[in-house]
Amino acid sequence: MKSPFGTLYSTNITPDRETGIGAWSKDAFRRAMHEGVARDGSHLFPGFPYDHFTKISDDDVDAIYAFLMTQPAVHAPAHPNELMFPLGIRALQAGWKLLFFRSGRFEPSTDHDAQWNRGAYIAEALSHCSACHTPRNPLGAEWGGASRYTGASVDGWFAPAITAANPSPIPWTPDELRAYLFQGLSRFHGTPSGPMSPAAHGLTALSISDQDALVTYIASLRGGNAPPQAVADAITRALDVSAANTGRQIDPDARFYVEACASCHYNGRAGINPSRPDLALNSAVHLADSANLIRVILFGIDAPEGAGGVVMPAFGPGFSDAEVARIAAYLRRTRTNEPPWPNLEKTVGKIRAQGKGEG
Amino acid sequence: MPTNFRINGRFVSVGEDTDTPLLWVIRDELGLKGTKFGCGIGMCGACTVHVGGRPTRSCITPISAVDGAEITTIEGLHPEGDHPVQQAWRDLQVPQCGYCQSGQIMQAVTLLKDFPTPTDADIDAVMAGNLCRCMTYPRIRAAIKAAAARSVGQVNHE
Repeated sequence: MKSPFGTLYSTNITPDRETGIGAWSKDAFRRAMHEGVARDGSHLFPGFPYDHFTKISDDDVDAIYAFLMTQPAVHAPAHPNELMFPLGIRALQAGWKLLFFRSGRFEPSTDHDAQWNRGAYIAEALSHCSACHTPRNPLGAEWGGASRYTGASVDGWFAPAITAANPSPIPWTPDELRAYLFQGLSRFHGTPSGPMSPAAHGLTALSISDQDALVTYIASLRGGNAPPQAVADAITRALDVSAANTGRQIDPDARFYVEACASCHYNGRAGINPSRPDLALNSAVHLADSANLIRVILFGIDAPEGAGGVVMPAFGPGFSDAEVARIAAYLRRTRTNEPPWPNLEKTVGKIRAQGKGEG
Repeated sequence: MPTNFRINGRFVSVGEDTDTPLLWVIRDELGLKGTKFGCGIGMCGACTVHVGGRPTRSCITPISAVDGAEITTIEGLHPEGDHPVQQAWRDLQVPQCGYCQSGQIMQAVTLLKDFPTPTDADIDAVMAGNLCRCMTYPRIRAAIKAAAARSVGQVNHE
């Protein structure tokens, strides 16, 4: 895991006695999850999200322990972390904990029903959604209050806001959340990619009632649904721009887009086809940060990601930085009312240099 | 680690580097020569195959991207080459030199799946990324409309 403080390597959690957690008692495991303290008493780095896991109930932590202990033991020594001095000194983590960490199990809110509270427990304690979707302060702790869930950069991608600050032209409804999180494709928003891809795959293991609970909670973060008319208007606008920007084009950018992208990304006036992701609705084109769109153009989307079995090819090897920037700028200009992205070509070069896997 | 996928109904496991273009594997390793190399940068459409039923430019798709996927090439479209789009192509004698035509057909098949009665604008938009140096475009358009008519019994002349 890359962080502003250096690179952290996750450690072996198979039951190998020497290099894994085979020698850890249930209590030692609980202390790690709830207090961020390793078996030998040293402080764990908050790259391990114990600030969320502290909210997991004792029973669930014990269940996770029981599951891990039944996995095959693998001998795999830890890779040394590469943190900038003096942050690698674990004792200093005590100060971080004093400032930012509050130990304690999840407490249901009496203002909400059981389903919402179940969803909050899954999101806050187990899935730790805010670890990516909430911006962090200069010391790497999540900001609280109104900043929660307002979006943040992570691993070279931008984890979008999941509050009302989300700029998607069609607000996220419970139906679209369900399609995105559990079926890998929202017709109005796109497909989980980058670090969200394994997250969404993991969430499909939830029971239906837990999926409903999670959707209820996440949908509540943006505070109310959009009026249906706004949704209908956004679709009409998207289809209009899709239909208007094809055929014989004078605008060279539009010609470039049609040749490179429209064989898949065109809906005409036929309605939104989920298999033809409409870029006038897609989240990546509307975000203030261009990283997600550039990453997908450069590196594509693999079959195991997002909408299973379908691929977006990687245009990076064939297109120059300027050409990728041209497509991104064209989409921004014609598909959104958002301001142009600054320094696009430079950003493309930077992301290309980072590569697909690193970020 | 080998990459596994299914192509034209057959399971295959290939050991090439994961950034090898799918097109190279299809032609040189699996011996399916119907799919052509045109530009190599995803801008001409000659290499179009179906991945998960969607048209995909195989020259810019690394094999790492198709692990576990279902791929169809022109050879797998119909056992006797009698897909309605292929029939229309034959009836109207669409190809001239033929080099781009398997890509054209693969793209047209998915066009008709998404737009069963395509307008001229739909055809222009979706087929624009499939280039033909022989300029068979008028016959391609006619064949798409003929195949649409065969499939749904009507043509949209918008």
